[in-house]
Amino acid sequence: MASPNLDSSTLIAAYDVSKVLEGRTVLDNVSLEIKEGKIVTLIGPNGAGKTTLVRIILGLMTADSGIVSKRPDLNIGYMPQKLVIDPTMPIAVSRFLELSGSSDPDHLRDTLAQLKIPHLLNSPLTSVSGGEMQRVLLARAMLRKPQLLVLDEPAQGVDVSGQAELYGLISEIRDQHNCGVIMISHDLHLVMSSTDEVICLNHHVCCHGEPEYVSNDPAFLDLFGARSAESLAVYTHNHNHEHDVRGQIKPPQGK
Amino acid sequence: MLQLLTTDFVMMALIAGCGLAIASGPLGSFMVWRRMSYFGDTLAHSALLGVSLGLVTGGDPQLAIVISGLCLAVLLALLDRNPKLATDTLLGILAHTSLALGVVVLSLTSSVRVNLEAYLFGELLTITPRELAWVLVVIAVVLAVLTKNWNAFLSTTVHRELAEVEGHNTARLNLILIVLIALTIAVSMKIVGVLLITSLLIIPPATARKFSKTPEKMALNASIIGVVCIFMGVFLAFSLDTPVGPSIVVVAGGLFLLSYFLPLSSRA
Repeated sequence: MASPNLDSSTLIAAYDVSKVLEGRTVLDNVSLEIKEGKIVTLIGPNGAGKTTLVRIILGLMTADSGIVSKRPDLNIGYMPQKLVIDPTMPIAVSRFLELSGSSDPDHLRDTLAQLKIPHLLNSPLTSVSGGEMQRVLLARAMLRKPQLLVLDEPAQGVDVSGQAELYGLISEIRDQHNCGVIMISHDLHLVMSSTDEVICLNHHVCCHGEPEYVSNDPAFLDLFGARSAESLAVYTHNHNHEHDVRGQIKPPQGK
Repeated sequence: MLQLLTTDFVMMALIAGCGLAIASGPLGSFMVWRRMSYFGDTLAHSALLGVSLGLVTGGDPQLAIVISGLCLAVLLALLDRNPKLATDTLLGILAHTSLALGVVVLSLTSSVRVNLEAYLFGELLTITPRELAWVLVVIAVVLAVLTKNWNAFLSTTVHRELAEVEGHNTARLNLILIVLIALTIAVSMKIVGVLLITSLLIIPPATARKFSKTPEKMALNASIIGVVCIFMGVFLAFSLDTPVGPSIVVVAGGLFLLSYFLPLSSRA
Protein backbone atom coordinates (compact mmCIF):
# COMPACT_ATOMS: atom_id res chain seq x y z
CA MET A 1 0.00 0.00 0.00
CA ALA A 2 1.04 3.60 -0.41
CA SER A 3 2.92 5.23 2.42
CA PRO A 4 1.61 8.75 2.77
CA ASN A 5 3.63 11.03 5.03
CA LEU A 6 5.02 8.49 7.45
CA ASP A 7 6.92 10.07 10.27
CA SER A 8 10.62 9.18 9.95
CA SER A 9 10.57 7.08 13.13
CA THR A 10 7.30 5.34 12.25
CA LEU A 11 7.62 1.77 11.05
CA ILE A 12 4.02 1.04 10.29
CA ALA A 13 0.74 2.82 10.77
CA ALA A 14 -2.88 1.88 10.35
CA TYR A 15 -5.56 4.49 9.83
CA ASP A 16 -9.26 3.77 10.38
CA VAL A 17 -8.89 0.11 9.54
CA SER A 18 -12.12 -1.88 9.45
CA LYS A 19 -12.66 -5.54 8.80
CA VAL A 20 -15.82 -7.61 8.60
CA LEU A 21 -15.50 -11.37 8.96
CA GLU A 22 -18.55 -13.58 8.43
CA GLY A 23 -20.89 -10.66 8.82
CA ARG A 24 -19.35 -9.58 12.09
CA THR A 25 -17.50 -6.30 12.39
CA VAL A 26 -14.25 -7.47 13.89
CA LEU A 27 -12.36 -4.20 13.53
CA ASP A 28 -14.11 -0.87 13.53
CA ASN A 29 -12.04 2.15 12.50
CA VAL A 30 -8.91 1.10 14.32
CA SER A 31 -5.84 3.28 14.08
CA LEU A 32 -2.41 2.68 15.50
CA GLU A 33 1.19 3.61 14.93
CA ILE A 34 4.34 1.70 15.77
CA LYS A 35 7.58 3.60 16.06
CA GLU A 36 11.20 2.52 16.24
CA GLY A 37 12.26 1.41 19.71
CA LYS A 38 8.73 1.40 21.12
CA ILE A 39 6.79 -1.52 22.52
CA VAL A 40 3.08 -1.45 21.81
CA THR A 41 0.90 -3.99 23.55
CA LEU A 42 -2.54 -5.01 22.34
CA ILE A 43 -4.83 -6.15 25.10
CA GLY A 44 -8.51 -6.96 25.01
CA PRO A 45 -10.97 -9.75 25.62
CA ASN A 46 -11.07 -12.89 23.49
CA GLY A 47 -12.56 -12.25 20.09
CA ALA A 48 -11.83 -8.53 20.32
CA GLY A 49 -10.04 -8.52 16.96
CA LYS A 50 -6.45 -8.51 18.23
CA THR A 51 -5.32 -11.35 16.01
CA THR A 52 -7.15 -9.91 13.02
CA LEU A 53 -5.40 -6.59 13.52
CA VAL A 54 -2.02 -8.31 13.74
CA ARG A 55 -2.75 -10.33 10.60
CA ILE A 56 -3.53 -7.11 8.74
CA ILE A 57 -0.29 -5.54 9.99
CA LEU A 58 1.62 -8.63 8.83
CA GLY A 59 0.02 -8.44 5.40
CA LEU A 60 -1.62 -11.86 5.82
CA MET A 61 -5.03 -10.24 5.45
CA THR A 62 -6.25 -7.07 3.85
CA ALA A 63 -8.49 -4.52 5.50
CA ASP A 64 -11.95 -3.83 4.07
CA SER A 65 -11.39 -0.13 4.50
CA GLY A 66 -8.77 2.15 5.91
CA ILE A 67 -5.11 2.50 5.11
CA VAL A 68 -2.11 0.53 6.30
CA SER A 69 1.16 2.14 5.39
CA LYS A 70 4.55 0.82 6.20
CA ARG A 71 8.08 1.97 5.72
CA PRO A 72 9.35 0.73 2.35
CA ASP A 73 11.10 -2.66 2.64
CA LEU A 74 10.07 -2.99 6.26
CA ASN A 75 11.69 -6.15 7.64
CA ILE A 76 9.24 -7.89 9.95
CA GLY A 77 10.08 -10.66 12.41
CA TYR A 78 6.98 -12.64 13.27
CA MET A 79 6.51 -14.88 16.25
CA PRO A 80 3.33 -16.92 15.79
CA GLN A 81 1.18 -17.86 18.74
CA LYS A 82 2.13 -21.49 18.51
CA LEU A 83 3.80 -23.96 16.23
CA VAL A 84 1.96 -27.18 15.56
CA ILE A 85 4.38 -29.50 13.89
CA ASP A 86 3.44 -32.93 12.64
CA PRO A 87 5.32 -35.55 14.66
CA THR A 88 6.27 -37.26 11.41
CA MET A 89 8.52 -34.31 10.52
CA PRO A 90 12.05 -34.96 11.75
CA ILE A 91 13.48 -31.49 12.13
CA ALA A 92 16.05 -30.13 14.57
CA VAL A 93 15.87 -26.67 16.10
CA SER A 94 18.92 -25.62 14.05
CA ARG A 95 17.23 -26.54 10.77
CA PHE A 96 14.05 -24.78 11.84
CA LEU A 97 16.02 -21.61 12.55
CA GLU A 98 17.86 -21.90 9.23
CA LEU A 99 14.52 -21.76 7.44
CA SER A 100 14.32 -18.08 8.38
CA GLY A 101 16.75 -17.55 5.51
CA SER A 102 19.34 -15.96 7.77
CA SER A 103 22.78 -17.49 7.37
CA ASP A 104 24.91 -15.48 9.77
CA PRO A 105 26.46 -17.95 12.26
CA ASP A 106 27.61 -15.17 14.65
CA HIS A 107 24.15 -13.67 14.77
CA LEU A 108 22.66 -17.11 15.37
CA ARG A 109 25.06 -17.78 18.24
CA ASP A 110 24.45 -14.38 19.85
CA THR A 111 20.69 -14.72 19.52
CA LEU A 112 20.62 -18.17 21.10
CA ALA A 113 22.90 -17.00 23.89
CA GLN A 114 20.71 -13.98 24.60
CA LEU A 115 17.61 -16.18 24.76
CA LYS A 116 19.52 -18.74 26.84
CA ILE A 117 18.78 -21.65 24.51
CA PRO A 118 22.14 -22.61 22.90
CA HIS A 119 21.71 -26.14 24.31
CA LEU A 120 18.59 -26.67 22.19
CA LEU A 121 20.32 -26.23 18.84
CA ASN A 122 20.53 -29.93 17.97
CA SER A 123 17.35 -31.08 19.72
CA PRO A 124 14.44 -32.32 17.63
CA LEU A 125 11.85 -29.54 17.44
CA THR A 126 9.11 -31.91 18.60
CA SER A 127 10.96 -32.55 21.89
CA VAL A 128 11.21 -28.89 22.89
CA SER A 129 9.05 -27.88 25.86
CA GLY A 130 6.39 -25.16 25.72
CA GLY A 131 8.49 -22.48 27.36
CA GLU A 132 11.56 -23.31 25.31
CA MET A 133 9.48 -23.36 22.13
CA GLN A 134 8.46 -19.73 22.70
CA ARG A 135 12.14 -18.81 22.85
CA VAL A 136 12.89 -20.81 19.72
CA LEU A 137 10.10 -18.97 17.92
CA LEU A 138 11.39 -15.64 19.22
CA ALA A 139 14.87 -16.59 18.01
CA ARG A 140 13.50 -17.35 14.55
CA ALA A 141 11.85 -13.92 14.44
CA MET A 142 15.05 -12.21 15.61
CA LEU A 143 17.33 -13.98 13.14
CA ARG A 144 15.95 -11.86 10.33
CA LYS A 145 17.28 -8.74 12.10
CA PRO A 146 13.82 -7.23 11.97
CA GLN A 147 12.96 -3.57 12.27
CA LEU A 148 9.57 -4.62 13.59
CA LEU A 149 8.85 -7.59 15.84
CA VAL A 150 5.30 -8.87 15.80
CA LEU A 151 4.61 -11.19 18.72
CA ASP A 152 1.33 -13.06 19.09
CA GLU A 153 0.97 -13.97 22.77
CA PRO A 154 4.71 -14.53 23.26
CA ALA A 155 4.38 -15.91 26.80
CA GLN A 156 1.78 -18.54 25.99
CA GLY A 157 2.52 -21.85 27.67
CA VAL A 158 5.29 -20.31 29.76
CA ASP A 159 5.18 -20.60 33.55
CA VAL A 160 4.74 -17.44 35.60
CA SER A 161 8.38 -16.80 36.45
CA GLY A 162 9.36 -17.57 32.87
CA GLN A 163 6.79 -15.05 31.62
CA ALA A 164 8.39 -12.16 33.48
CA GLU A 165 11.78 -13.18 32.16
CA LEU A 166 10.48 -13.45 28.61
CA TYR A 167 8.95 -9.96 28.73
CA GLY A 168 12.24 -8.75 30.18
CA LEU A 169 14.05 -10.28 27.22
CA ILE A 170 11.70 -8.57 24.80
CA SER A 171 12.51 -5.19 26.38
CA GLU A 172 16.19 -6.04 26.25
CA ILE A 173 15.95 -6.93 22.55
CA ARG A 174 14.18 -3.65 21.88
CA ASP A 175 16.89 -1.71 23.74
CA GLN A 176 19.67 -3.44 21.81
CA HIS A 177 18.28 -3.35 18.30
CA ASN A 178 16.01 -0.33 18.60
CA CYS A 179 13.30 -2.26 16.81
CA GLY A 180 9.62 -1.60 17.17
CA VAL A 181 7.56 -4.26 18.90
CA ILE A 182 3.87 -4.96 18.74
CA MET A 183 2.57 -7.79 20.83
CA ILE A 184 -0.71 -9.35 21.84
CA SER A 185 -0.80 -10.27 25.47
CA HIS A 186 -3.13 -11.46 28.18
CA ASP A 187 -0.59 -11.08 30.95
CA LEU A 188 -1.76 -7.62 31.89
CA HIS A 189 0.26 -7.18 35.04
CA LEU A 190 3.49 -8.30 33.41
CA VAL A 191 3.02 -6.36 30.24
CA MET A 192 2.33 -3.09 31.98
CA SER A 193 5.85 -2.80 33.29
CA SER A 194 7.62 -3.46 30.01
CA THR A 195 5.53 -1.59 27.49
CA ASP A 196 5.54 1.96 26.20
CA GLU A 197 2.00 2.03 24.94
CA VAL A 198 -1.03 -0.08 25.64
CA ILE A 199 -3.87 -0.33 23.18
CA CYS A 200 -7.02 -1.69 24.67
CA LEU A 201 -8.99 -3.21 21.83
CA ASN A 202 -12.56 -4.37 21.77
CA HIS A 203 -13.34 -4.17 18.03
CA HIS A 204 -12.61 -0.47 18.34
CA VAL A 205 -9.81 1.15 20.31
CA CYS A 206 -11.34 1.57 23.78
CA CYS A 207 -8.43 3.52 25.09
CA HIS A 208 -4.74 3.77 24.50
CA GLY A 209 -1.72 5.43 25.97
CA GLU A 210 0.93 4.83 28.57
CA PRO A 211 0.26 1.85 30.86
CA GLU A 212 -0.39 3.99 33.95
CA TYR A 213 -2.86 6.11 32.06
CA VAL A 214 -4.68 3.19 30.49
CA SER A 215 -5.00 1.28 33.74
CA ASN A 216 -6.99 4.19 35.19
CA ASP A 217 -9.09 4.85 32.11
CA PRO A 218 -12.82 4.24 32.67
CA ALA A 219 -13.05 2.27 29.41
CA PHE A 220 -10.31 -0.04 30.61
CA LEU A 221 -11.92 -0.45 34.04
CA ASP A 222 -15.17 -1.19 32.27
CA LEU A 223 -13.61 -3.89 30.11
CA PHE A 224 -11.46 -5.64 32.67
CA GLY A 225 -13.21 -4.80 35.91
CA ALA A 226 -11.98 -2.58 38.70
CA ARG A 227 -10.42 -5.46 40.61
CA SER A 228 -7.97 -6.51 37.92
CA ALA A 229 -7.16 -2.88 37.27
CA GLU A 230 -6.46 -2.44 40.98
CA SER A 231 -4.16 -5.42 41.04
CA LEU A 232 -2.33 -3.95 38.09
CA ALA A 233 -1.88 -0.67 39.82
CA VAL A 234 -0.63 -2.43 42.94
CA TYR A 235 1.76 -4.48 40.90
CA THR A 236 3.27 -1.62 38.97
CA HIS A 237 3.85 0.32 42.16
CA ASN A 238 5.47 -2.60 43.92
CA HIS A 239 7.74 -3.50 41.10
CA ASN A 240 10.94 -3.33 43.10
CA HIS A 241 12.42 -6.80 42.57
CA GLU A 242 12.63 -9.48 39.90
CA HIS A 243 12.52 -13.23 39.82
CA ASP A 244 14.78 -15.51 37.85
CA VAL A 245 13.78 -18.76 36.14
CA ARG A 246 13.66 -20.71 39.41
CA GLY A 247 11.57 -18.07 41.15
CA GLN A 248 14.44 -16.72 43.25
CA ILE A 249 14.51 -12.99 43.81
CA LYS A 250 17.17 -11.41 41.67
CA PRO A 251 19.48 -8.82 43.20
CA PRO A 252 18.27 -5.33 42.26
CA GLN A 253 19.97 -3.93 39.19
CA GLY A 254 19.92 -0.29 40.20
CA LYS A 255 17.02 0.63 38.00
CA MET B 1 13.81 -66.39 -12.89
CA LEU B 2 16.75 -64.04 -13.31
CA GLN B 3 16.41 -64.38 -17.07
CA LEU B 4 12.76 -63.41 -16.88
CA LEU B 5 13.57 -60.35 -14.76
CA THR B 6 15.96 -59.04 -17.40
CA THR B 7 13.57 -59.24 -20.34
CA ASP B 8 12.61 -55.96 -21.96
CA PHE B 9 9.14 -55.62 -20.53
CA VAL B 10 10.23 -56.42 -17.01
CA MET B 11 13.13 -53.99 -17.33
CA MET B 12 10.77 -51.24 -18.43
CA ALA B 13 8.45 -52.06 -15.55
CA LEU B 14 11.31 -51.91 -13.06
CA ILE B 15 12.60 -48.61 -14.45
CA ALA B 16 9.12 -47.06 -14.27
CA GLY B 17 8.53 -48.43 -10.79
CA CYS B 18 11.89 -47.28 -9.45
CA GLY B 19 11.46 -43.86 -11.03
CA LEU B 20 8.12 -43.49 -9.32
CA ALA B 21 9.55 -44.70 -6.02
CA ILE B 22 12.40 -42.18 -6.19
CA ALA B 23 10.03 -39.26 -6.83
CA SER B 24 7.60 -40.55 -4.20
CA GLY B 25 10.23 -40.30 -1.47
CA PRO B 26 10.31 -36.51 -1.20
CA LEU B 27 6.80 -35.94 -2.58
CA GLY B 28 5.25 -38.52 -0.26
CA SER B 29 7.17 -37.07 2.69
CA PHE B 30 5.48 -33.73 2.10
CA MET B 31 2.11 -35.50 1.90
CA VAL B 32 2.79 -37.20 5.24
CA TRP B 33 4.00 -34.00 6.94
CA ARG B 34 1.00 -32.06 5.64
CA ARG B 35 -1.46 -34.86 6.32
CA MET B 36 -2.54 -34.96 2.71
CA SER B 37 -3.03 -38.68 2.29
CA TYR B 38 -6.79 -38.42 1.91
CA PHE B 39 -6.22 -35.53 -0.44
CA GLY B 40 -4.01 -37.79 -2.56
CA ASP B 41 -6.71 -40.44 -2.57
CA THR B 42 -9.17 -37.93 -3.94
CA LEU B 43 -6.81 -36.99 -6.74
CA ALA B 44 -6.16 -40.65 -7.49
CA HIS B 45 -9.78 -41.73 -7.55
CA SER B 46 -10.66 -38.91 -9.87
CA ALA B 47 -7.94 -40.01 -12.27
CA LEU B 48 -10.24 -42.80 -13.37
CA LEU B 49 -12.70 -40.18 -14.55
CA GLY B 50 -9.85 -38.77 -16.62
CA VAL B 51 -9.31 -42.17 -18.24
CA SER B 52 -13.01 -42.44 -19.09
CA LEU B 53 -13.15 -38.96 -20.56
CA GLY B 54 -10.03 -39.68 -22.57
CA LEU B 55 -11.60 -42.80 -24.03
CA VAL B 56 -14.93 -41.10 -24.73
CA THR B 57 -13.33 -38.19 -26.54
CA GLY B 58 -10.93 -40.52 -28.31
CA GLY B 59 -7.90 -38.61 -27.10
CA ASP B 60 -4.70 -39.97 -25.65
CA PRO B 61 -5.72 -41.52 -22.30
CA GLN B 62 -2.45 -40.60 -20.63
CA LEU B 63 -2.86 -36.98 -21.66
CA ALA B 64 -6.51 -37.04 -20.53
CA ILE B 65 -5.49 -38.29 -17.08
CA VAL B 66 -2.86 -35.58 -16.77
CA ILE B 67 -5.26 -32.83 -17.84
CA SER B 68 -8.12 -33.99 -15.61
CA GLY B 69 -5.70 -34.42 -12.74
CA LEU B 70 -4.46 -30.85 -13.20
CA CYS B 71 -8.03 -29.51 -13.33
CA LEU B 72 -8.89 -31.27 -10.10
CA ALA B 73 -5.62 -30.13 -8.54
CA VAL B 74 -6.49 -26.51 -9.25
CA LEU B 75 -10.02 -27.05 -7.93
CA LEU B 76 -8.69 -28.60 -4.72
CA ALA B 77 -6.12 -25.83 -4.34
CA LEU B 78 -8.94 -23.29 -4.54
CA LEU B 79 -10.94 -25.21 -1.94
CA ASP B 80 -7.80 -25.35 0.19
CA ARG B 81 -7.84 -21.56 0.40
CA ASN B 82 -11.24 -21.72 2.02
CA PRO B 83 -10.52 -24.15 4.85
CA LYS B 84 -14.16 -24.41 5.81
CA LEU B 85 -14.92 -26.18 2.54
CA ALA B 86 -12.05 -28.63 2.25
CA THR B 87 -13.30 -31.03 4.89
CA ASP B 88 -12.91 -34.79 4.89
CA THR B 89 -16.53 -35.01 3.90
CA LEU B 90 -16.08 -32.92 0.81
CA LEU B 91 -12.94 -34.82 -0.21
CA GLY B 92 -14.84 -38.08 0.33
CA ILE B 93 -17.73 -36.95 -1.80
CA LEU B 94 -15.40 -35.79 -4.55
CA ALA B 95 -13.23 -38.92 -4.42
CA HIS B 96 -15.96 -41.48 -4.58
CA THR B 97 -18.30 -39.62 -6.90
CA SER B 98 -15.57 -39.20 -9.46
CA LEU B 99 -14.49 -42.81 -9.07
CA ALA B 100 -18.04 -44.02 -9.53
CA LEU B 101 -18.62 -41.64 -12.42
CA GLY B 102 -15.43 -42.90 -14.02
CA VAL B 103 -16.62 -46.51 -13.80
CA VAL B 104 -20.08 -45.63 -15.14
CA VAL B 105 -18.70 -43.66 -18.07
CA LEU B 106 -16.23 -46.47 -18.82
CA SER B 107 -18.99 -49.07 -18.93
CA LEU B 108 -21.10 -46.86 -21.18
CA THR B 109 -18.37 -46.66 -23.81
CA SER B 110 -19.17 -50.12 -25.10
CA SER B 111 -17.20 -49.52 -28.28
CA VAL B 112 -13.97 -49.72 -26.33
CA ARG B 113 -13.01 -52.80 -24.41
CA VAL B 114 -11.52 -51.66 -21.19
CA ASN B 115 -9.84 -53.68 -18.52
CA LEU B 116 -11.12 -51.83 -15.46
CA GLU B 117 -8.94 -53.83 -13.12
CA ALA B 118 -5.83 -52.52 -14.85
CA TYR B 119 -6.78 -48.97 -13.93
CA LEU B 120 -7.87 -49.81 -10.41
CA PHE B 121 -4.93 -52.00 -9.41
CA GLY B 122 -2.30 -51.26 -12.03
CA GLU B 123 -0.75 -53.33 -14.75
CA LEU B 124 2.90 -52.54 -14.54
CA LEU B 125 4.10 -55.30 -16.81
CA THR B 126 2.16 -54.03 -19.82
CA ILE B 127 3.72 -50.58 -19.67
CA THR B 128 4.57 -49.24 -23.12
CA PRO B 129 7.70 -47.27 -24.04
CA ARG B 130 5.45 -44.24 -24.52
CA GLU B 131 4.02 -44.59 -21.01
CA LEU B 132 7.49 -45.11 -19.60
CA ALA B 133 8.56 -41.87 -21.26
CA TRP B 134 5.65 -40.05 -19.58
CA VAL B 135 6.66 -41.46 -16.20
CA LEU B 136 10.29 -40.43 -16.63
CA VAL B 137 9.47 -36.91 -17.81
CA VAL B 138 7.07 -36.27 -14.92
CA ILE B 139 9.50 -37.69 -12.38
CA ALA B 140 12.27 -35.46 -13.69
CA VAL B 141 9.98 -32.44 -13.38
CA VAL B 142 8.87 -33.41 -9.86
CA LEU B 143 12.43 -33.90 -8.63
CA ALA B 144 13.68 -30.71 -10.27
CA VAL B 145 10.89 -28.53 -8.84
CA LEU B 146 11.14 -30.05 -5.36
CA THR B 147 14.92 -29.67 -5.25
CA LYS B 148 14.87 -26.10 -6.48
CA ASN B 149 12.23 -24.95 -3.99
CA TRP B 150 13.03 -27.37 -1.17
CA ASN B 151 13.48 -24.82 1.60
CA ALA B 152 10.43 -22.85 0.54
CA PHE B 153 8.26 -25.99 0.56
CA LEU B 154 9.70 -27.03 3.90
CA SER B 155 9.16 -23.60 5.41
CA THR B 156 5.55 -23.51 4.21
CA THR B 157 4.95 -26.98 5.61
CA VAL B 158 6.35 -26.10 9.03
CA HIS B 159 4.31 -22.90 9.45
CA ARG B 160 2.40 -21.43 6.58
CA GLU B 161 1.90 -17.92 7.97
CA LEU B 162 5.45 -17.62 9.20
CA ALA B 163 6.62 -18.58 5.71
CA GLU B 164 4.26 -16.03 4.17
CA VAL B 165 5.58 -13.23 6.41
CA GLU B 166 9.12 -14.27 5.52
CA GLY B 167 8.37 -13.65 1.88
CA HIS B 168 7.27 -16.99 0.47
CA ASN B 169 4.23 -17.09 -1.79
CA THR B 170 2.57 -19.92 0.07
CA ALA B 171 -0.56 -20.08 -2.07
CA ARG B 172 1.60 -20.60 -5.15
CA LEU B 173 3.78 -23.16 -3.39
CA ASN B 174 0.71 -25.12 -2.28
CA LEU B 175 -0.65 -25.08 -5.82
CA ILE B 176 2.67 -26.29 -7.21
CA LEU B 177 2.81 -29.11 -4.68
CA ILE B 178 -0.74 -30.21 -5.50
CA VAL B 179 0.05 -30.11 -9.22
CA LEU B 180 3.16 -32.24 -8.68
CA ILE B 181 1.11 -34.79 -6.74
CA ALA B 182 -1.57 -34.81 -9.43
CA LEU B 183 1.02 -35.32 -12.18
CA THR B 184 2.72 -38.14 -10.29
CA ILE B 185 -0.58 -39.89 -9.65
CA ALA B 186 -1.61 -39.47 -13.26
CA VAL B 187 1.47 -41.17 -14.68
CA SER B 188 1.67 -43.88 -12.06
CA MET B 189 -1.82 -45.27 -12.55
CA LYS B 190 -0.33 -47.93 -14.72
CA ILE B 191 2.05 -48.99 -11.95
CA VAL B 192 -0.19 -49.58 -8.94
CA GLY B 193 -3.60 -48.30 -10.05
CA VAL B 194 -5.84 -45.57 -8.66
CA LEU B 195 -6.88 -47.50 -5.57
CA LEU B 196 -3.34 -48.13 -4.40
CA ILE B 197 -1.25 -45.21 -5.65
CA THR B 198 -1.52 -43.17 -2.45
CA SER B 199 -0.08 -46.07 -0.49
CA LEU B 200 3.10 -45.97 -2.55
CA LEU B 201 3.39 -42.26 -1.79
CA ILE B 202 2.61 -42.52 1.92
CA ILE B 203 3.98 -45.82 3.21
CA PRO B 204 7.71 -45.49 2.35
CA PRO B 205 8.01 -42.06 4.06
CA ALA B 206 6.11 -43.39 7.07
CA THR B 207 8.59 -46.27 7.25
CA ALA B 208 11.54 -43.94 6.73
CA ARG B 209 10.51 -41.65 9.58
CA LYS B 210 11.96 -43.99 12.17
CA PHE B 211 15.42 -43.95 10.61
CA SER B 212 15.64 -40.27 9.76
CA LYS B 213 16.71 -37.25 11.76
CA THR B 214 16.34 -34.57 9.10
CA PRO B 215 13.62 -33.92 6.52
CA GLU B 216 16.12 -34.50 3.72
CA LYS B 217 17.21 -37.87 5.08
CA MET B 218 13.60 -38.91 5.52
CA ALA B 219 12.91 -38.09 1.86
CA LEU B 220 16.03 -39.93 0.70
CA ASN B 221 15.37 -42.98 2.90
CA ALA B 222 11.77 -43.05 1.65
CA SER B 223 13.05 -43.18 -1.94
CA ILE B 224 15.38 -46.04 -1.10
CA ILE B 225 12.66 -47.96 0.74
CA GLY B 226 10.32 -47.33 -2.21
CA VAL B 227 12.82 -48.83 -4.67
CA VAL B 228 13.24 -51.87 -2.41
CA CYS B 229 9.44 -52.27 -2.35
CA ILE B 230 9.28 -52.17 -6.15
CA PHE B 231 11.97 -54.84 -6.56
CA MET B 232 10.60 -57.09 -3.83
CA GLY B 233 7.04 -56.60 -5.06
CA VAL B 234 7.88 -57.52 -8.64
CA PHE B 235 9.85 -60.51 -7.41
CA LEU B 236 6.95 -61.58 -5.19
CA ALA B 237 4.51 -61.21 -8.07
CA PHE B 238 6.62 -63.47 -10.27
CA SER B 239 7.21 -66.01 -7.54
CA LEU B 240 3.60 -66.35 -6.46
CA ASP B 241 1.97 -65.32 -9.75
CA THR B 242 0.12 -62.47 -8.05
CA PRO B 243 -0.83 -59.06 -9.49
CA VAL B 244 2.18 -56.72 -9.46
CA GLY B 245 0.61 -53.53 -8.06
CA PRO B 246 -0.96 -55.10 -4.98
CA SER B 247 2.19 -57.16 -4.42
CA ILE B 248 4.28 -53.98 -4.26
CA VAL B 249 1.87 -52.41 -1.77
CA VAL B 250 1.82 -55.58 0.34
CA VAL B 251 5.61 -55.45 0.55
CA ALA B 252 5.51 -51.74 1.44
CA GLY B 253 2.97 -52.38 4.18
CA GLY B 254 4.97 -55.35 5.45
CA LEU B 255 8.16 -53.29 5.66
CA PHE B 256 6.31 -50.58 7.53
CA LEU B 257 4.98 -53.05 10.09
CA LEU B 258 8.42 -54.58 10.43
CA SER B 259 10.05 -51.19 11.05
CA TYR B 260 7.28 -50.23 13.43
CA PHE B 261 7.77 -53.21 15.69
CA LEU B 262 11.52 -53.57 15.36
CA PRO B 263 13.21 -52.12 18.44
CA LEU B 264 15.63 -50.12 16.33
CA SER B 265 17.06 -47.00 17.81
CA SER B 266 16.76 -44.22 15.27
CA ARG B 267 20.03 -43.40 13.63
CA ALA B 268 21.13 -40.51 11.49
